[in-house]
Amino acid sequence: MLQAVNEPRVGAAEVVRESHLAAFRFMLRARLLDDKFAALYRTGKIHGGVFLGRGQEALSAALGVSLKKTDVFAPLIRDAAGRLAFGEPILDAVRNYLGSALGPMRGRDGNVHRGRPRDGYLPMISHLGAMISVVNGVLFARRFKNISGMVGAACLGDGATSTGAFHEALNQAAVEKLPLVVVVADNQYAYSTPTDRQFACESLADKGVGYGVASHTVDATDLTACLKIVGGAVAQARAGNGPQLVVAKLLRLCGHGEHDDANYIIPELKNSALGRDCLKVAEEFLLRNKFTDAAQLAVWRSETIREIEEAVAQVQREPAPDPYAENWSAISSEHLNETHLENGH
Amino acid sequence: MATEITYIDAIREAQAHALRDDPRVFIYGQDVAAFGGAFKATKNLAKEFPGRVFDSPISEDAMVGFAVGAAIEGLRPIIEMQFADFSTVGFNQIVNQAATLFWRTGVPCPITVRLPFGGTSGGGPFHSQSLETIYAHYPGLIVLTPATVEDAYSMLLEAVAIDDPVIFCEHKFLYRHLKAEKLPTEALPVGKARIARVGRDLTIVAYSAMVQDALEAANELLTEGWEVEVVDLRSVKPLDTDTVMASVARTGKLLCVGESWPWGGVTAEVIARVASEGYGLLDAPPQRLNAKDTPVPYHPNLWAAHRPTVRAVAAAARKILRS
Repeated sequence: MLQAVNEPRVGAAEVVRESHLAAFRFMLRARLLDDKFAALYRTGKIHGGVFLGRGQEALSAALGVSLKKTDVFAPLIRDAAGRLAFGEPILDAVRNYLGSALGPMRGRDGNVHRGRPRDGYLPMISHLGAMISVVNGVLFARRFKNISGMVGAACLGDGATSTGAFHEALNQAAVEKLPLVVVVADNQYAYSTPTDRQFACESLADKGVGYGVASHTVDATDLTACLKIVGGAVAQARAGNGPQLVVAKLLRLCGHGEHDDANYIIPELKNSALGRDCLKVAEEFLLRNKFTDAAQLAVWRSETIREIEEAVAQVQREPAPDPYAENWSAISSEHLNETHLENGH
Repeated sequence: MATEITYIDAIREAQAHALRDDPRVFIYGQDVAAFGGAFKATKNLAKEFPGRVFDSPISEDAMVGFAVGAAIEGLRPIIEMQFADFSTVGFNQIVNQAATLFWRTGVPCPITVRLPFGGTSGGGPFHSQSLETIYAHYPGLIVLTPATVEDAYSMLLEAVAIDDPVIFCEHKFLYRHLKAEKLPTEALPVGKARIARVGRDLTIVAYSAMVQDALEAANELLTEGWEVEVVDLRSVKPLDTDTVMASVARTGKLLCVGESWPWGGVTAEVIARVASEGYGLLDAPPQRLNAKDTPVPYHPNLWAAHRPTVRAVAAAARKILRS
């Protein structure tokens, strides 16, 4: 169990400790899982790209632990931590990256494009900002069905705030007063484009103000701040106070994908406070405050590595999708399929 | 006593029927609630079905994304695009989100996107477009093009019941031009074309408003002694190739007419299928007739010459018949 349960009347200090430890363990699991995907990529075991969340784990985990299983979550490419915290099994992630026929997308889509829509876990399309209005629609539908108390979260990067989809959807959520939380990881680069070529406002949080959306900013290298600000925004949305925008500052500690050496990231940023590794910062915080000790950290690390290795070993023995057994139909209404599109094969 | 029902009445009645029968149905679009829609296709529905008809901001992308989310949650949204032309702003959500959802995840996406489309005099380049071709090109979408009052009603009802995203192309010219005495109680299913007129000399394949032009052209040609068969595709995706092929087998000649632009498209698709699968049935090279390859013009003189007219259809038919 990652969260303290059944403990009578835990004090405030204990709650803080438990929430940090829970989030930290998801951060660690995500980092180790990402490291494994990077290694598999380097050895040619993964088709297509690999996209890591290195440097974004505190933000992503803080969001994930703030959500309930009955909430709605549309993560983006650097949210391995949030996905795990929302309940995604490591096996789903591994299956999707290795293209297993048993994975959530059955080899039809890969890597970060995974989810289970019926569980409120939405699989991203590549078009940035496009998932926000889908979250809006799920939230609207639940309200339509008289289900209350839920929250929907959508994750973006700084680049996605330049899309029309972002603006349309944020405004739509405000008009409908939906319990939406949009989390923007302002990680200084959209692929290679620096923020001064992406936007000209002082803070991306200003964009929320224009739509009547409550805006928050947070230092995403600091887990404590992330838990407070992201958790607070989720609580505000849940309490019925309308959509919330969280803009988190950090530096991407990797390339856009593993194909990208990110030589464009300037040293000044790497050496700044933004360039701190949130995982190291959190680890030091936990040790300094005696929330845990080095021996326990080592156990978590080795346990997680074993779990990941076992998942990879299992998935590598699983069947790949079979093009001859594939149902080449893009619609669910089988009777409406075209019958004259065979193109000779 | 029979009252007159127009094509747009039929669309309104189908939506009322769907709202009445299925609590999962709701309508979302610009000006659709109290105002009743730019063309009055949702007139009084907000009053008759409180909490079921919602005005949206002018955000076509977010409108479609919203519908997809609601569909994931088990609802059956009907989205009204004020004009088909504006659906291009929501294009990404239609073709990349809605159309891929089932294939990627196994979760169906039952949304209906209503597109008031096609030319009317004075509409101009941005209120006249025919986009059925572009949507039919994408896997994962059903594209319907009703040509009659009866089909406008029954096919919209069926569209809402279909578990996949449906692009419902309703022709603005037909809205108040076509009338029927009553709404149908039974109909051909989606995916079946209809023989709108029987003839032995030439098959004209058409859909939506062009069916009416084809029928008028057939009347004109009858006075010259030609018996022309008119096939109304009804749905362009799926495309009922079997009915087309059977007609061509009877007539040996094919003209395909569409209001959309000439490069590629539904007419080209029909001809490609007939040429590859029914080459031996043809007595003459199959022909097609489309709009001109320019944006749709504003002035009536230009507009009337831009799209295929009854005269142009009849002339194209004569050319094949005399070959």
